[in-house]
Amino acid sequence: MKKLSDFSIGETGVIVKVDGEPRIKRRLFDMGVTPGAEVYMRKKAPLGDPIEVTIRGYELTLRKAEAECVDTKEIKA
Amino acid sequence: MKRFALAGNPNCGKTTLFNCLTGSTAHVGNWPGVTVDKREGTYKKCAEPISIIDLPGIYSLSPYTPEEVISRNYILDEKPDCVINIVDATNLERNLYLTTQIMEMDVPMVIALNMMDMVEKQGDKIDEKELERRLGIPVVKISALKGTGLTELMEKAFETSSKERKGKTVLEGCEIYHLISDVRIALDGQNVANPLFHAIKLVENDEIEVQMHSTTIKMVDEFKQSFNNELFGTDFEALVADARYKYISKNYSPLMTKKEKGVKLSKSDKADKVLTNKWAGIPIFIVILFAIFHLTFSEDLFYLGSIFSLPTLEDLGVAENFGTALLACFYDGAIFSPGVILFNLMDLITSTVFGWITAGLESLGAAEWALSLIGDGILGGLGGVLSFVPQIIVLLLFLSILEDTGYMARVAFILDRIFRRFGVSGRAFIPMIMGFGCSIPAMVNTRTLADERERTLTLRTIPFFSCGAKLPILTAVAGAVAHILGAGDGSIISFLMYVVGMAVAIVSIILMRSTTQRGEVSPFIMELPAYHAPSFKGLMIHLWDKTKHYVKKVFTIILASTILVWFLSNFNWSWAMTGDINDSILASLGQFVQPLFTPLGFGSQLNAQGWVFVVAAVTGLIAKEEVIATFGTLAAIFATAAPEIAVEGATDVMTMVLGTGITWPALIAFIIFNMTTIPCFAAVAAAKGETPKGKFKWTLLFWVATSYIVSAISYTAITMFASWSLWSILATLGIIIVSVVAVLLIRNYNKKHPVKGVK
Repeated sequence: MKKLSDFSIGETGVIVKVDGEPRIKRRLFDMGVTPGAEVYMRKKAPLGDPIEVTIRGYELTLRKAEAECVDTKEIKA
Repeated sequence: MKRFALAGNPNCGKTTLFNCLTGSTAHVGNWPGVTVDKREGTYKKCAEPISIIDLPGIYSLSPYTPEEVISRNYILDEKPDCVINIVDATNLERNLYLTTQIMEMDVPMVIALNMMDMVEKQGDKIDEKELERRLGIPVVKISALKGTGLTELMEKAFETSSKERKGKTVLEGCEIYHLISDVRIALDGQNVANPLFHAIKLVENDEIEVQMHSTTIKMVDEFKQSFNNELFGTDFEALVADARYKYISKNYSPLMTKKEKGVKLSKSDKADKVLTNKWAGIPIFIVILFAIFHLTFSEDLFYLGSIFSLPTLEDLGVAENFGTALLACFYDGAIFSPGVILFNLMDLITSTVFGWITAGLESLGAAEWALSLIGDGILGGLGGVLSFVPQIIVLLLFLSILEDTGYMARVAFILDRIFRRFGVSGRAFIPMIMGFGCSIPAMVNTRTLADERERTLTLRTIPFFSCGAKLPILTAVAGAVAHILGAGDGSIISFLMYVVGMAVAIVSIILMRSTTQRGEVSPFIMELPAYHAPSFKGLMIHLWDKTKHYVKKVFTIILASTILVWFLSNFNWSWAMTGDINDSILASLGQFVQPLFTPLGFGSQLNAQGWVFVVAAVTGLIAKEEVIATFGTLAAIFATAAPEIAVEGATDVMTMVLGTGITWPALIAFIIFNMTTIPCFAAVAAAKGETPKGKFKWTLLFWVATSYIVSAISYTAITMFASWSLWSILATLGIIIVSVVAVLLIRNYNKKHPVKGVK
């Protein structure tokens, strides 16, 4: 288990669980951040936060605080 | 007339499609949330004319942002004859997520698979026939940008609109489907329309539905007690969202075959690497912002004139004729920026044409009052405003390019960290920067912010981002200040004024966040669209859309109020024309409120004619361009005109400076007052529409108070630095002490009373 917020740039993982306050969680779900989705850490903003990830084929930006709600596991090769 | 609604994700090409179908010129941008209200147009190429409604872009039909509620209610309550669901084919999964929700409503529906040109260019393929079969909804491939597949789409939609469709769901395999099914039957029994949709939302514990069906929700609550999912517990909202995506990735996603991509970066990725680079990102943003202002306002392009000390036309000894005047629009001791060149050309045209008109009237032997009305009143006022139109267009052009290319969304990404510190998310920066163009669309755009407090905060500070119409005030007054100080053309002062406006915005956000609008910064979860080169047509539509607004204003409200100001300043209370302005109706009205502005430097300390500044500021409420138009009208009344200053409008201001004895710090305070006070009526109306009930009057009060306090402080502080007088030192000390005490008191209070109900 690794939180999305702890990813380093270029790392990939599969989402296992999404937690957090209902509003944030719902928003994450609506944007396709759901269990089973593959997520790739693209980059960090110049000041280190927010981060940009590739998910379901598009670019999504979210803060570290929100990325903390996302648990992931490694992809089995 | 049949009505078709366009629904889809933000930035999926809805507005482009809308423009193609209706021939309308709605504004298209490349960042999520351009359309924040629904818009209507007509499609005429079908068997009968069809009304097309462009709904705001949404990711889901959940009730969390106002635009989601607008779209949802439109489909449910207004019952369009067909919903055209636009799906961005380059981003299939997330777009189909919304499709699976719209599908659940009992409404005829067609899917427009958009951006097919992009998909094909990338070498990818989509089996749209199989997708159509699996969804059970007609699918038409289109490219809104290239205009392909549109006729077919509309024919299909027209055909579909006459057939009834019952809601369908992809949740049938889901473990809570029998609950959904039971609730649907219960709602159907109560004759609720769209029972399936409402049943699912009710199961999701959607706040709007729970209020609407307070009895049926008990069914769900009872069920929950005997249910437990190991992953989601009884969080059905999460469970449903998850089930939708699972279904999509299992059944629909495989229909897209992607060409194996190498490690090669796309152009968009390459651009992004530079623009959001860890080290270069922020400096690039600052350079871009500076370049925009430089290209719009600078009278010394790239500082070439100063660097090479280029000669002025006078030095070169060029003869004075029309050709020279034309040349002087481009070069005079320095090469001008594109904005200034256009401005000069427009000014040359208006002053030449207006000169002919006045000369023509004189030769016809027109009455003196008519000459005064047309020459001083109408032409003087309009000329000042019209000359600024090209410069406003240049500024808008640059802002439009930022929007269309997708850079604006990156700016939010880059700056979020900084803005969060002040109490708003990086997203709030988009409406703020739009405010440099015009406050009205900027205010409407605050709807894309999810948090109500953040919306209020952002909306209140938008006027501080000085809009295009305030530009003439800045240029003219700053030009006069620079003339008094003998320092350049005032463009540095103008730039500083923009900075002051932004600083006021930041300070007031911090203040409101710690007093009336307390709470945490809202989440920042946003799509970053791929960059694309702006299309020429798109840019022109965009520009025209914004410019026509200004031009229309010049010939309607500004023309009317210029005449009114002329009348009030030339007639006295006995309705007779008066030669002495101090006898006029306007003078007595102005003198009545003038003392109020004493702390700001343009009140009682001025001589008998000092009311002109107060009057100009008040006319600014009609439209901000009006301030300078009023100057144009009023300056004609002063006996002695100031010597010509190269900066447009500055001569009029100088005439008034000489006539009233106003000091330059007071002129600066005057700019700041106009920049931060209540915006024009049109923007006030927009603000009223966007603020929650009961907050509007506070918003107005906030603007009045902010402008008054900030201008008073600026006046006092600058005067103090200009000449150290005891009174100004005491006043400044007083202000500092009061602010420190206030900050301490607020901090203390906030510590003792943490915010309730806001996480």
